[in-house]
Amino acid sequence: MLSTQLLAQSLISGLLMGGIYSLVAVGLSLIFGLMNIVNFAHGDFLMLAMYATFWANVLLGWDPLVTLPFVLLVWFVAGMTTYKVIVRRVLNAPMVSQMFSTFGLGLFLRYGAYFFWSADVRKVNENLLSGVLDLGNIYVTKAELVAFGASAATTSVLFFFIKKSRLGKAIQATSQNKEAALEMGIYTDHVNALGWGIGIMCVGMAGVLLATYYPIHIYSGWTFTLISYISVALGGFGSFWGVYLGGLLIGIIESVLGTVFVPAFKMVFVYVTFILVLIYRPRGLFGKF
Amino acid sequence: MKKANVSRAAYQAGGISVLLGLLVLYPWVFTDPYPRHVMIILFMYVALGQAWNILGGYSGQISLGNHIFFALGAYVSTILLIKAGVPPWLGVLPGIVLAGVAAVGIGLICFDLRGHYFAIATLGLAEITYIIFLNWDFVNRAFGFQIPMLKHSTYYMQWTSKVPYYYIILVIAVGVVAFVWRMDQARLGVYLKAIREDEERAKSLGIDSRRYKLLAFFISAAITALVGTFYAQYVLYIDPDSLLSLEFGLLIIIIPMVGGMGTVLGPILGACLLIPVAEYARITLGGGGKGLHMLLYGLVILVVAVYEPRGLIGIYRSLRKGRLEVPLAANASPAAAEEGPPE
Repeated sequence: MLSTQLLAQSLISGLLMGGIYSLVAVGLSLIFGLMNIVNFAHGDFLMLAMYATFWANVLLGWDPLVTLPFVLLVWFVAGMTTYKVIVRRVLNAPMVSQMFSTFGLGLFLRYGAYFFWSADVRKVNENLLSGVLDLGNIYVTKAELVAFGASAATTSVLFFFIKKSRLGKAIQATSQNKEAALEMGIYTDHVNALGWGIGIMCVGMAGVLLATYYPIHIYSGWTFTLISYISVALGGFGSFWGVYLGGLLIGIIESVLGTVFVPAFKMVFVYVTFILVLIYRPRGLFGKF
Repeated sequence: MKKANVSRAAYQAGGISVLLGLLVLYPWVFTDPYPRHVMIILFMYVALGQAWNILGGYSGQISLGNHIFFALGAYVSTILLIKAGVPPWLGVLPGIVLAGVAAVGIGLICFDLRGHYFAIATLGLAEITYIIFLNWDFVNRAFGFQIPMLKHSTYYMQWTSKVPYYYIILVIAVGVVAFVWRMDQARLGVYLKAIREDEERAKSLGIDSRRYKLLAFFISAAITALVGTFYAQYVLYIDPDSLLSLEFGLLIIIIPMVGGMGTVLGPILGACLLIPVAEYARITLGGGGKGLHMLLYGLVILVVAVYEPRGLIGIYRSLRKGRLEVPLAANASPAAAEEGPPE
């Protein structure tokens, strides 16, 4: 019953979904690396980006690819604003405050979406990325393929930005040692804000790409928060490509184990992976600390 | 000085007696089902919030999975009742034991994890439990159980009046509060607070931190399971969506958080503020209100976390000092924030 073809199909689907997970996780990891704060509203920004794509499509007739640059800009500003208004105030607060500030924000965004747009599942109409490709009995949608490619490209650009540019070096310095960075004349407050801007921009991008083929629902964001957190834990905090690979691995684990065993249990496999990682290798597969 | 203390204790004892007397008389003053129901729910959340507080507030281990224990208590007694005719008075015990054992198991695995790792690990376990219950025939999958209304029967812990339920949950809530009140000053409470403030230092002073955290988690889970059985008997309907969803887990936490974590009064204040509001919102806003009250909870959590992590107790203490203290890190300039003490 379980043919090689089905396995290959689930492997490819999982890998492509993993690309989205990676992009979301890289943003989360960037923010965490800078200020040791986990953004529990991360996936809810993704959910909002999906809704933005949907409404631009329905009300204005925009193709998701047209919406993309606008979302990137707005989400960048939203990330910086979140930092300036909320996160900055809890930088030195107890962990509980840090955790619940973004947690509360996430709930607020999620149920704000519920309040205005109800809990109906939505889909974006036919768009430029619609269509299915046949790769020798393995089927992938164009949208999935484009999303995967865009995620890999964005992650690479981000990697070189952080490694090579002046601002990127400021981000590295702040991640490594905040006090020393401050001594060197790096205004870490601005760097943190930039980190939030970029992190949320990655999420916005993932949201628009995801909206081209994935059902849009208010709770989808929360799942992505958990999955991206788990990807970061699996890949290892502090390792850029580790986190990217972590996302891909989670996508594959979810899809392949879900196909082999019970589809309804696919998230169980993800959580079990997470708990096993925490017990046996707390620094993650490629983590530095 | 000594004399002042004595009279203060006397005032306290007097105040508590009057309050308890009023609570005992309450169902005879308010004879409609609705005000009684609100108080029953309020006491339930006082007990649940206080149970969470024992581990989360005192030792600082934030569990996002306490609703697992609630579900265990509710399901075990219900399954025993439906499948074997065991009265809930007995059925509650295996639920408590199972929840306690589960808590110790989770603690043994997860207490090495710090900060948000522990929180997310417990959350993951809660989600795993949720998915398993949704798909497990033995617990009737997503349908859950409807407890048949046999008759007005004390043996089966079922009554047509709300009064017996009121007194049962009142006793539970008062008992739990009394326990935490004693614990606050007793060895367990002091050790837990020491662990919360600086676990390494507490260890170096000879406190077996793992043992005390496990004990706290065990107690917390046992109380939560007890309330779970009560809930099942009160509502007579249990299903994974209402018992194992994240929303319910959050409601348990938000109560001590709003009131003030790690204090005896915190969960009481939190429940007194939030439960009437939530019940009112549920009645007036109806079905569409579900989203709205969660939205408000989100806002409340956000505001409390950012401006007054010590909750209502913190506001009260600041006011009593005669000035509103500058909250933690609020209004801080970036430079001041950088200079603040490391977490």
